[in-house]
Amino acid sequence: MNRKATRFLAGPYIVWMIGFTIIPLAMILFYGLTDSQGQFTLANVAAIATPEHRKALFLSLWLSLVSTVICLVLAYPLALILRNKNVGKGSFIVFIFILPMWMNFLLRTLAWQTLLERNGVINGILSFFHLPNIAIINTPGAIILGMVYNFLPFMVLPIYNVLIKIDDDVINAAKDLGANSMQTIWKILVPLSLPGVISGINMVFVPALTTFVISNLLGGSKILLIGNVIEQEFTKGSNWHLGSGLSLVLMAFILISMALMAKYDKDGEGAAF
Amino acid sequence: MAQPLIDLINISKTFDDTMVLDELNLSVQENTFVTLLGPSGCGKTTTLRIIGGFEKPDTGRVIFDGQDITQLPPNKRQLNTVFQKYALFTHMTIAENIAFGLKIKNKPKTYIDDKIKYALKLVNLDGYENRSVASLSGGQQQRIAIARAIVNEPRVLLLDEPLGALDLKLRQDMQYELIRLKNELGITFIYVTHDQEEALTMSDTIVVMNQGYIQQMGSPEQIYNEPENAFVADFIGESNIVPGTMIRDELVEIFGARFACVDKGFGTNTPVDVVIRPEDIDLVEPENGTLTGVCTHLIFKGVHYEMEVTTPDGFEWLVHSTDMCPVGKQVGIHVDPFDIQIMNKPASEDEEAVGVNE
Repeated sequence: MNRKATRFLAGPYIVWMIGFTIIPLAMILFYGLTDSQGQFTLANVAAIATPEHRKALFLSLWLSLVSTVICLVLAYPLALILRNKNVGKGSFIVFIFILPMWMNFLLRTLAWQTLLERNGVINGILSFFHLPNIAIINTPGAIILGMVYNFLPFMVLPIYNVLIKIDDDVINAAKDLGANSMQTIWKILVPLSLPGVISGINMVFVPALTTFVISNLLGGSKILLIGNVIEQEFTKGSNWHLGSGLSLVLMAFILISMALMAKYDKDGEGAAF
Repeated sequence: MAQPLIDLINISKTFDDTMVLDELNLSVQENTFVTLLGPSGCGKTTTLRIIGGFEKPDTGRVIFDGQDITQLPPNKRQLNTVFQKYALFTHMTIAENIAFGLKIKNKPKTYIDDKIKYALKLVNLDGYENRSVASLSGGQQQRIAIARAIVNEPRVLLLDEPLGALDLKLRQDMQYELIRLKNELGITFIYVTHDQEEALTMSDTIVVMNQGYIQQMGSPEQIYNEPENAFVADFIGESNIVPGTMIRDELVEIFGARFACVDKGFGTNTPVDVVIRPEDIDLVEPENGTLTGVCTHLIFKGVHYEMEVTTPDGFEWLVHSTDMCPVGKQVGIHVDPFDIQIMNKPASEDEEAVGVNE
């Protein structure tokens, strides 16, 4: 195939990327750095420093961090168990794990809302047994629960994918040299699976940081995350300039997170799927 | 004989309904180079992994220096393994790889540093301490794997086809290297391979295995010159295996011609299998040969010519010789008595597999 034809084949992707990545990014950049008269200004970006925006950003960072840590603590042992079971990629257990990912994200979160509501399914069951009701809905706890539930598979899979590639004999070699099971995990498996861990952290932290659906449905209107603030500027406040400016700030956090990932995962080993 | 260092007693192992080892018994003496040799699937690697503790036998016991270690996990055994694909820790430097076992045992730092230096010198890789695993060639990685194992001063080093991934020239160099290492360290090597030449070159004792049974155990000379059954004769080197009749002691009849041999005790007029190595056949003038035939095939192999001589009964004798015999020439076949190896005929297929395993 000659060069011209190859270039032609790349055409659709170039059109796609220009239309749906480059232009939107340029628009956000333009709106974020201008005011309603079209004059250059940094006010939209600087608006992150106002108390309510700063509070939303810190709360977002905090909840995302907590969710990421919980996901990691749950996912790593699980990935280890899946690896030791030698279940293979097409196995039933792994299938069950990724099954929820095929269901609509919104539906899954709505289901949690129904479960957790003051008069919801869980409290209904608790009342039936005359147990005290839980009041978790519309709290940061509910948001963390929703984040962990929705994003856990994104932590498990990259870690599992790296662990499954470690040769059994590498583990045998560690044991052969005198290491017990815990020493083998800490000195061999954890360092070797670090690319998967980094990848998993990113795959959970970034969407958790930007979510507004989970906080909308499970946090009620009382808890504002930075995602909610931006969403409202676009949909309710109709201030696209402010929304874009805040988005740029958020984007900076995402870029930092991705830069860290690129630094620790040079070979792309942790690539999730 | 002294008490063996390792004793495998009645070891059986089944994987998914497939019998891999069946009532295997094997004794290994201290400070010997023992090779488990056989085709893939013969159970040699499983035997090694049972000694190393990576597999548990279904039945039977593993005795190490008089102690039953059958249930002991690998990290509690006084032996170390060199794995087929090196299994180095890629997130560590060479020095950290070698130090791994010693750090686990909380050895002092100066001791560890001395050991690393000593081990790297032993495998001819001095100065490689801070290199990364990825920067090393296959042969170098295998040397590091050996160094990583021997710094722990094991009494037995288990080697699972360690040269399998290396090219021919490197493999031959490493064979001499391993013999030197064994002599310098004065420890027991148990080596697994499917390469008969490798086994003959390095071993004090060769254990030929097939289908979970030990077929024959002995020195390389014994295994090569006096194979006890057709499998061993066929697997070790090339050979002519022909049906014959033992007329009486020291006389065997093959295709109607009588050959003098040195074997006794097979009775009279007993059907037997006769093994004659291709290099032991002398091609002579037809009138001087015990059998006569026509040369039907000729290939130059470098060190020698490979020829096929077809006798009137239709058997094609494989002959290796530095003297060429042109195709179509009438020749006589002569074999010296001590070059003829007589084996009992297997009574059935089963017995062929069981071989000499008592």
